[in-house]
Amino acid sequence: MKKSGRKLILDGKGMDRVLSRLTHEILEKNRGAEEIALVGICSGGVPLSRVIQGKIRSIEGVDVQAGYVDITLYRDDLSRAGYQPRLKRTEIPFSIDDKKVILVDDVLFTGRTIRAAMDALIDFGRPKNIQLAVLIDRGHRELPIRADYVGRNVPTARSETVEVVVEGEMEGWNVFLREIPPGKGE
Amino acid sequence: MLLIKEGRVIDPESGRDEWGSIVVADGKVADFLPNGEAPKRFDGTVIDAAGKWVLPGLIDMHVHLRDPGFEWKEDIRTGTAAAASGGFASVVCMANTNPVNDHPEVTRYIREKAASQGTANVFPVAAVTRGLEGKEMTDFAELQEAGAVAFSDDGRPVRSALILRRALEYAKAFDLLLMEHAEDHELSEGGAANEGWTAHRLGIPPIPSAAEEIAIARDILLARFTGGRIHIQHISTKMGVDLLRMGKRAGVRVTGETAPHYFTLTDAAIEGYNTHAKMNPPLRGEEDRMAILEGIVDGTIDVIASDHAPHDEYTKRCEFIAASNGIIGLETALPLSMGLLAGGKVTPARLVELMSAAPARILGLKEKGSLRKGADADITIVDPETEWEFGESDVRSKSRNTPFFGWKMRGRAVAVLCHGRITHSLLKGIAPVA
Amino acid sequence: MEWRRKHVLGLADFSTEEIEFVIDTARSMEDVLTRDIKKVPALRGKTVVNLFFEASTRTRTSFEIAGKRLSADMVNFSSAVSSVEKGETLLDTARNIDSMKPSIIVIRHPASGAAHFLSRYVSCSVINAGDGSNEHPTQGLLDLYSVLKAKDKVKGLKITIIGDILHSRVVRSSLHSFGRMGADLWLCGPASLVPREMGRSGATITYDIREAVRDADVVMMLRIQLERQKTAFFPSLREYARKYGLNSEIFSLAKKDAVIMHPGPINRGVELSDELADSAHSIILNQVESGVAIRMALLYLLAGGHNAAH
Repeated sequence: MKKSGRKLILDGKGMDRVLSRLTHEILEKNRGAEEIALVGICSGGVPLSRVIQGKIRSIEGVDVQAGYVDITLYRDDLSRAGYQPRLKRTEIPFSIDDKKVILVDDVLFTGRTIRAAMDALIDFGRPKNIQLAVLIDRGHRELPIRADYVGRNVPTARSETVEVVVEGEMEGWNVFLREIPPGKGE
Repeated sequence: MLLIKEGRVIDPESGRDEWGSIVVADGKVADFLPNGEAPKRFDGTVIDAAGKWVLPGLIDMHVHLRDPGFEWKEDIRTGTAAAASGGFASVVCMANTNPVNDHPEVTRYIREKAASQGTANVFPVAAVTRGLEGKEMTDFAELQEAGAVAFSDDGRPVRSALILRRALEYAKAFDLLLMEHAEDHELSEGGAANEGWTAHRLGIPPIPSAAEEIAIARDILLARFTGGRIHIQHISTKMGVDLLRMGKRAGVRVTGETAPHYFTLTDAAIEGYNTHAKMNPPLRGEEDRMAILEGIVDGTIDVIASDHAPHDEYTKRCEFIAASNGIIGLETALPLSMGLLAGGKVTPARLVELMSAAPARILGLKEKGSLRKGADADITIVDPETEWEFGESDVRSKSRNTPFFGWKMRGRAVAVLCHGRITHSLLKGIAPVA
Repeated sequence: MEWRRKHVLGLADFSTEEIEFVIDTARSMEDVLTRDIKKVPALRGKTVVNLFFEASTRTRTSFEIAGKRLSADMVNFSSAVSSVEKGETLLDTARNIDSMKPSIIVIRHPASGAAHFLSRYVSCSVINAGDGSNEHPTQGLLDLYSVLKAKDKVKGLKITIIGDILHSRVVRSSLHSFGRMGADLWLCGPASLVPREMGRSGATITYDIREAVRDADVVMMLRIQLERQKTAFFPSLREYARKYGLNSEIFSLAKKDAVIMHPGPINRGVELSDELADSAHSIILNQVESGVAIRMALLYLLAGGHNAAH
């Protein structure tokens, strides 16, 4: 079911494989799950961080702490939006002091969201370090930000969007590359 | 010489409502000729009145000309221009000027300025009490000699029942008319809108209808007791109409007027804190509006007057409570009143009674309010069918404070004569005198 | 729903969806208030002017804290005027301030409709922080939010408001906020302070405090504002306290888990006994806390977007 101008990059199975690899990389780099905390960025990063949390549980047999952060109040483009975006909740029900915080997001693009998420995190405490895990890195950075763990590098044109569908069961998850018709850019 | 040719001549005072022509000579009504009898050749101006109504010149017996003292709001020249444009040949102007018209000099000033600059007859009303302060009576007889046609502290009531009693008694000797702005000030103080759901919802300090009704009752009772003559101004309440009806039945020498906004609008018009719907007395509820209509139909209410109250934009462009009271009305009074004809309960003759014959009779203006032979040639010609929208360009007044901009009107004065002079004309080839 | 509103002048024209949107946003703001660092950069570079023509330390402080939590620059302008002074003060002052290009003016004024009036002449957003006896929309929203936090719902609750209904702008906003959510509203007070026309709001009117309090879920007491009353609306404070003050005996008629609210400041011993004001039933201080979150939500919602002119 190919809609016009939409290309499948990753399906549910592929995402599962990619997230398994990411989890292994995270555990390898941090020499286990100790001191690790996961923070998903609303909305796309939240289900991904839950998957990673589950994989750590099955590999290491531990439940790492996990929360999520809504970065809306930290965005640098608030007055450029047509209207104020609806706020989502932020929930970090643990102290991030001296934790290794893994920020999880679906797509890394300009880096502005990650900048905002780091500002938000720092308002919550003083982590030992912050690492970044993303499912897709599509390039076009506007800030000096780099992911520590990348699921898939996808070269894109600015005129394209990466659409991550992470609703329902994981078999149904998909990542698409989509052409935006001229003039309809976000 | 002037001929108003073949219109519908409506003159309740002489019982006439028929098609015909009016001949005007030397500023007087010279003759009436039934249709078909108009001369083929006429040596003078001919106004073709086919399809039009020809009425005795309308009289607005409640107007604020703001002159002297508030000439940035209105003056005698612009006020009478607005009157002519609205179909009025005469206006009766209230005394709350600066200085107050409580001295013959002020009365004379008004009459002289009107004679030299006006485009309508101006009949001044003098104050009942000096400075409108409700304490000492003005010199009634002297003011009458200077040209005052009636006495009123309009804008405020004569607060003291005792002073009003004395004034009513004293006025009898000169057959003077007292006109009262009926308001119990203690009850209304601080209020800015009719006490009802709208004011309560908007949190506007309320004015109870009882403030007007109590004052009307007092005025009627004092007129009855003294045998004096009183005219109740701008009645806005149901009980006010009922009291007037009761007073008349009891033989009291009382008459009453209302204004077009009281039978056209209700307090719903203040929604959004619309200062252009703020006046005193305030717009009332629907029940009151219906009672006013009923009073007009059954003859309880004698007169429709505009209560033309010009205010500069500045005193209306502020918080509701701080805004000045009143709206301009000379240019909307006739078309809004013609709205009464739609239901058929008010006839054109009754309308002429309300806006010309009755005011003339109440004020004792013997040469006005009629088209009988020999009366002053004050004539209003109305196109009853024309449909138009009231807009800023229609306003001759200096002020623009009206809630009626954008209203669709039906009927309009197309020409006005004042002592035989054309003071207003929308007719082709007929120009008003400079 | 998208937030498209430029001004918050009153709750009279708020839809249920809008009210819920504000409450949802306030919940997120309350998250911020529970952190160690109670400040986010959302309104950095925006200026909010508190334009207060009536003394009100509480409301002004609440707006000020709300703005500062969002990193807005807060400017206070206070000026005392009488409600019947001519309009030049308000319009000229407001235009002056508007020329300094703030994002939002928060106005408190003794004349009903002052905020509506202002909104027609300035280019920035206007938030009504109380206009005469008309409305106090942020109070109406924070009262709703406080009840939602205490009771989880409003629909079907008996909510009684007791006191000076005639002059209360709090009532005129709360009638809308609670009313939209389906509360069973009661108004009570001496007849001279409870106009019978207020029944058209949909609320039930009673002059009997026992009937008003019986089985109530929420009892909101209003401040008796002696300074508002030129002529006495009741014989004495003593008699008022006896007939319309809330004490333990009368409050015992309410539901067991009923809560007591008051917009403050309280006249202790007049409309509310000391004992009740400080009891576990009182959520008066929660109201104050909710106030900051509600005001943050509104400042946030108004201060951004293309549709707001800056």
